[in-house]
Amino acid sequence: MPNYSLEDVNGMYIDVLRELGNIGAGNATTAISDMLGLRLNMEVPQVRLLDFRELGSAICAEDEEIAGIYLEVSSDIEGSMMFLLRLESAHYLVNKLMCRSDDCVEPFGEMELSALKEIGNIIAGSYLCALSGMTNLKITSSVPFLAIDMAAAILSVPAIQFGQYGDNALLIETEFGDDVKINGFFILLPELESYEKILNALGIQM
Amino acid sequence: MGNIVKVGMADLNVCKSPDMITTLGLGSCIGIALYDSVTKIGGLAHVMLPDSTQMKDNRNHAKFADTGIEELLKKMIAAGASRTRLVAKIAGGARMFEISSGSSIGNIGERNAQAAKKKLKELGIPLKGEDTGLNYGRTVELYAETGEFRIKSVGKPNKSI
Repeated sequence: MPNYSLEDVNGMYIDVLRELGNIGAGNATTAISDMLGLRLNMEVPQVRLLDFRELGSAICAEDEEIAGIYLEVSSDIEGSMMFLLRLESAHYLVNKLMCRSDDCVEPFGEMELSALKEIGNIIAGSYLCALSGMTNLKITSSVPFLAIDMAAAILSVPAIQFGQYGDNALLIETEFGDDVKINGFFILLPELESYEKILNALGIQM
Repeated sequence: MGNIVKVGMADLNVCKSPDMITTLGLGSCIGIALYDSVTKIGGLAHVMLPDSTQMKDNRNHAKFADTGIEELLKKMIAAGASRTRLVAKIAGGARMFEISSGSSIGNIGERNAQAAKKKLKELGIPLKGEDTGLNYGRTVELYAETGEFRIKSVGKPNKSI
């Protein structure tokens, strides 16, 4: 176990994540607009350092339903990542992808869930690609896992992971869209040992 | 009904009849409810991890199943509950994502549930009801007047244990 805590790391890491957020969100916006044939604009991402106890209510009310996409990350770094969408954003993207009218908010069926997983996969891939490009580290990801449930329940997964190492959590919020704004939240969860690799690869000495 | 006491993540509290104590959206975390039916005192802990002894930083007792339950028990007794009358009910410990590999986090819900049961047994508090595992989130409410432990999930009927 390295002799520093996540608290120490996160102070340095926050700038890295901000940059990662910028590039990743840029890649994701391009990928999504290509796929959907839309012109999307992107806002500058916000990086938020939170107490892990606040994570459950960081996106919306704790018992509001959200969509969470989870991928495991391996090769040069080990860990996982999550991409989270509020349900209205998820519906909007799925409707666009499936060429439906924007106001369709029926519960997701197999087809819609599969579409959403693919959207999540593309967005997550855009971020990982940005991280890999910045660090020159080889990063591969698993197939995406999807859950639609209460925000606090989904966010308990990263909260537990952050909670193992310390008391804070990092969340990147990006907003993109045309007339409708889509809010996406991104959480990167490297194993503690992998933080060092990421920071070293960027020339930051621990 | 009285007031609603809200318990957050890695948090615990107690309440007295006619109040209700709740925690929203338990995922892989575990909600442990303790209840004394005579004094009508109820307590709820929302713990995240099974074992405080495996962590370097374990100052927050309510974060772990082992120390969280001990802390809740102390608080129940301080509020006037009788240790010998206490019963427990637990909920949560879901596997929110069907993660295939055997990563430590994949089965954390299950490990949390086991750790909670182990601690309750050690303390001699009988487990009267359990709704754990599977793959969905749960909001739980403990009504101090009746001891009813109500579980709400998305797209499922409420249930009481």
